[in-house]
Amino acid sequence: MQRENTRREGSPWRGLGVVVLKELSDHLTSARMRVLEWLVVLTALAAVYAAIQQVRNVTAEDPFLFLRLFTTARAPLPSFVAFLGFLVPLMAIGLGFDAINGEHNNRTLSRILSQPIYRDALLFGKFIAGLATLSISLIALWLLVIGLGLIMLGVPPGGEEMGRALVFLLVTIAYAGVWLALAMLFSVVFRSPATAALVTLGLWLFLTVIWPALAPGVAEAILPTDNEALLVTGAQMLARLSPSTLFGETVLALLDPTTRTLGPVYISQLQGAVMGAPLPLGESVLIAWPQIVGLVAATILLFVASYVTFQRQEVRA
Amino acid sequence: MSDNVIEATGLTKRYGKTTVVDHISFTVGSGEIFGVLGPNGAGKTTTILMMLGLSDISDGKVRVLGHDPAREPLAVKRRVGYLPDAVGFYDHLSAAENLHYTARLIGLPLAERDQRIAAALARVGLDDVGRKRVAAFSRGMRQRLGLAEIIMKDVQVAILDEPTNGLDPQASVEFLELIRSLKAAGVTVLLSSHLLDRVQDVCDRVALFSAGKIALLGTVAELGSQVLGGGFAVQVEAEQGPHLALRLGAIPGVRGVEEPSEGHFRLLCDRDVRPEAAAEVVAAGARLKRLAFDQPSLETIYTRYFQSVKPVEPRHAA
Repeated sequence: MQRENTRREGSPWRGLGVVVLKELSDHLTSARMRVLEWLVVLTALAAVYAAIQQVRNVTAEDPFLFLRLFTTARAPLPSFVAFLGFLVPLMAIGLGFDAINGEHNNRTLSRILSQPIYRDALLFGKFIAGLATLSISLIALWLLVIGLGLIMLGVPPGGEEMGRALVFLLVTIAYAGVWLALAMLFSVVFRSPATAALVTLGLWLFLTVIWPALAPGVAEAILPTDNEALLVTGAQMLARLSPSTLFGETVLALLDPTTRTLGPVYISQLQGAVMGAPLPLGESVLIAWPQIVGLVAATILLFVASYVTFQRQEVRA
Repeated sequence: MSDNVIEATGLTKRYGKTTVVDHISFTVGSGEIFGVLGPNGAGKTTTILMMLGLSDISDGKVRVLGHDPAREPLAVKRRVGYLPDAVGFYDHLSAAENLHYTARLIGLPLAERDQRIAAALARVGLDDVGRKRVAAFSRGMRQRLGLAEIIMKDVQVAILDEPTNGLDPQASVEFLELIRSLKAAGVTVLLSSHLLDRVQDVCDRVALFSAGKIALLGTVAELGSQVLGGGFAVQVEAEQGPHLALRLGAIPGVRGVEEPSEGHFRLLCDRDVRPEAAAEVVAAGARLKRLAFDQPSLETIYTRYFQSVKPVEPRHAA
């Protein structure tokens, strides 16, 4: 190819705001999003309500009562956090699986890209709009939980609790970002939205349900050792390839201030420790920092993969 | 800059070992309607996508309004309107809302948007359905909405890819009229189609594509002259006069005279010679009964051309 200078003119982000606003408006008004939102809100509120019934008896004894709203389960309902871990990926996949192939199928892609914008703006705009939609839903849900807790427990949350709850909210958004980026990647790779949705859901099920169960067996198979601690560590490292594992561990460190480690507990770690004493928020964040970084890095990597694939694609529809 | 708004030189597109567009060169002058014609899979759409910077160029170069679409795609796309084959719009939005979205992408000032959108919709006859959702639109209405987008954008060049594909004859005629109105407004139009005869009337010049190459390039008359031996045919029916066939054959621009039956002459010529033919009939003392003008059919030219050259292998992509 004969090119003296391959640098493109203008900003790649031209039109980004327009795309974001349009996509955000589409998401917030779409029937699909409303169904998903109601599903999440109703199930999560049911879990919180059940948790409140469970923890209101120990109101005076627990210094982190509000955090218990997120983590306490009451049979047959799982905890609020468990619900989120399951439903947030569904919401994210629901928003992203037809982001690009939907434009192909509606034959709008070439018309939009023939306007003075770059593909960068379209792809990034769709991602930001999806993440913003998820953030709005999660913030609303978070506020509902806090409000419900205030009304039903009659006790205001402490500063430490609010800090932990806020970090938990940010981590949940990052977790949603991973699944959104994955769904968007498949929406670029597969021309059929149905195929993209099925593959993303299949991968989600695999990583969430099957992989954590497979990880110990895989660790045994690939690590030539009988050292139990090494095998446990290896299995845990492998399990952490799943965003669900990373999210679960982060939530454990953030919402249970007594958590001192996310790996095997060694004797050296217990020396001088006051068992059951809560850690400050900063310490808990430090414990979960690799997991948090892992979630953000996975989001970035998946988005970059979508970006590269999309840039190389022929636009014919 | 020259008067040419589009200049392609040795433009080539390869997918692996398959060459889809093979070293084509052409120019499109300012204000003309240029037809990129040929069967499906001939390389028309790929050529258009390269002109818009939507597909990488494997070799050669193309300039649109003096800009390189590969390095200055925004400069090209600001001035060029594109109507893809079977254009799509967001079904859940109304026609006006779809145009509003495009207007914001273009960066049209807020103060101008409503007025320009209303004017564009009125121009294509969609003003009464501007607030209706596009989901209810027929294919013809969508095509017209696509043209409204180009009109709203106020472009210098309009690239229309198979705009009459799938339209009924009446809708096609109306659409071609709209294309003529674009030219009247000073817009250069590049029109791609595989329906040769349907668009030949509207095109000033055409490039006939075949298997990624331009087989023929010029006005319809030039191509007719080149391939059929005469660009136009003038039918003359007259009472037999002295040496009328010789007189008609002597008219400048007439390449041959056929006389299929007595008093019926068919003049093969480079231009429309009806006035001269009528004058010769009168001068010969004969009575003119009928005078008709036939433009050569692009379909015929295309078919005849490929009968005379070696068949080309079909391509796998458009």
